[in-house]
Amino acid sequence: MRYAYLTLLFVVVSAVSVLGFRGSLSQRTPLEIFPDMDRQPKYKPQAESAFFADRRTDRPTPVGVVPFGRTALAPEAKFLAEDDHLYRGLAANGTPARGYPAGITVDAQFLERGQLKYTIYCAPCHGAVGDGNGITKQYGMGATPTYHDDRLRGTPEGDLYHTITAGKGNMLSYADKLEPADRWAVVAYVRALQRAQTGTPADVVPAHKSELGLK
Amino acid sequence: MSNLFPKSANKLPLQILIFIGLTTGIVLAGVTYYATPKYSRVGYAPTQPVPFSHALHAGQLGLDCRYCHSNVEKSGHSNVPTAQTCMNCHNQIKTDSPLLAPVRESYASGNPVPWSKIHQAPDYVYFNHSVHVARGVSCVSCHGQINEMEVVHHAKPLSMGWCLECHREPEKFVRDPKLVTNLDWKHPGGDAGQLEQGKKFVHDWNIQPPQSCSGCHR
Repeated sequence: MRYAYLTLLFVVVSAVSVLGFRGSLSQRTPLEIFPDMDRQPKYKPQAESAFFADRRTDRPTPVGVVPFGRTALAPEAKFLAEDDHLYRGLAANGTPARGYPAGITVDAQFLERGQLKYTIYCAPCHGAVGDGNGITKQYGMGATPTYHDDRLRGTPEGDLYHTITAGKGNMLSYADKLEPADRWAVVAYVRALQRAQTGTPADVVPAHKSELGLK
Repeated sequence: MSNLFPKSANKLPLQILIFIGLTTGIVLAGVTYYATPKYSRVGYAPTQPVPFSHALHAGQLGLDCRYCHSNVEKSGHSNVPTAQTCMNCHNQIKTDSPLLAPVRESYASGNPVPWSKIHQAPDYVYFNHSVHVARGVSCVSCHGQINEMEVVHHAKPLSMGWCLECHREPEKFVRDPKLVTNLDWKHPGGDAGQLEQGKKFVHDWNIQPPQSCSGCHR
């Protein structure tokens, strides 16, 4: 009987030493214990395909495809992104447009959305206040311009929109991260940042003056 | 007959029974301990083609999760970033690092970097990222403290029982949606504060996580 217990102990110790404990780091692909239909022959986003030569399930858009223009912002658009102001930041004469496209109302909610998107996508380089001193500067990012000079204060909104859409210099396009309405929200927030830097005591709402020690 | 079996043989049936009982117990304990995603999935940390550090990018630099996983609020699938996303900075930073060669190659050719997928729900699970993020389920609830991981590992079991823990008591986990990507955030009021605020969110936003099969399986 003693041998039976010794064998049992040996089996347990060797099983634990081979299998390890819960949560230990491992390079092995997770074992699927009951693999019934866990992996089905269907395509999921960003997955691998054995069929296509480039092995992607996500197919690139064929040449000549134009995005469909109907969005929540432009529900009346028939098709194609035909609103030059909204989608390309251009005025009727083809120059960068001033102001915001029809259908966009710049209110507190819109600015909040702009602030959120700005903080996620722009602040790492441009800095939280738009002075070009984002965190990436410490890691060797080239000079990022400040928004607070006359050139960028005077540039049309459509120009800022175009920079987000197509990039400029070393900055690459953010069109894949920000849909058109979000880009306009960021433009509005950049304008707010610019305005904030040129504020004077006269801009402070009377009710808040005492908090800031103003008369 | 008395010469054939020693007296100790009288105890043998009982001893065999005890031994079988013990063995069964050990086997059951082993299956309970090992045959679960808590063992089989948790801790999975494959070597990726590029040794991308979330601890550096999300932790030290403080990049928001959505800088790279930009579709998480809009799509059921939370995307792995494009090579261009990396190149936004790495066209100027560490431009000749051999570790980044697969990214540069992908950016030039358009072919994806062959990342290994770590968190992988079974194909019959229709998990939707956007709906969870929009209702204040933080990334950290399912993915663990990614912002502290040099190499990402599978931190939570993602088993069905584990999903249901939250679907049954969402108030223990939901937070202000503005804070979903703040992985270090904990309710300043501790568990009691979380519960109180969570109950309010669950009520105000009418959160009713499905517990029926077809909520997640179809």
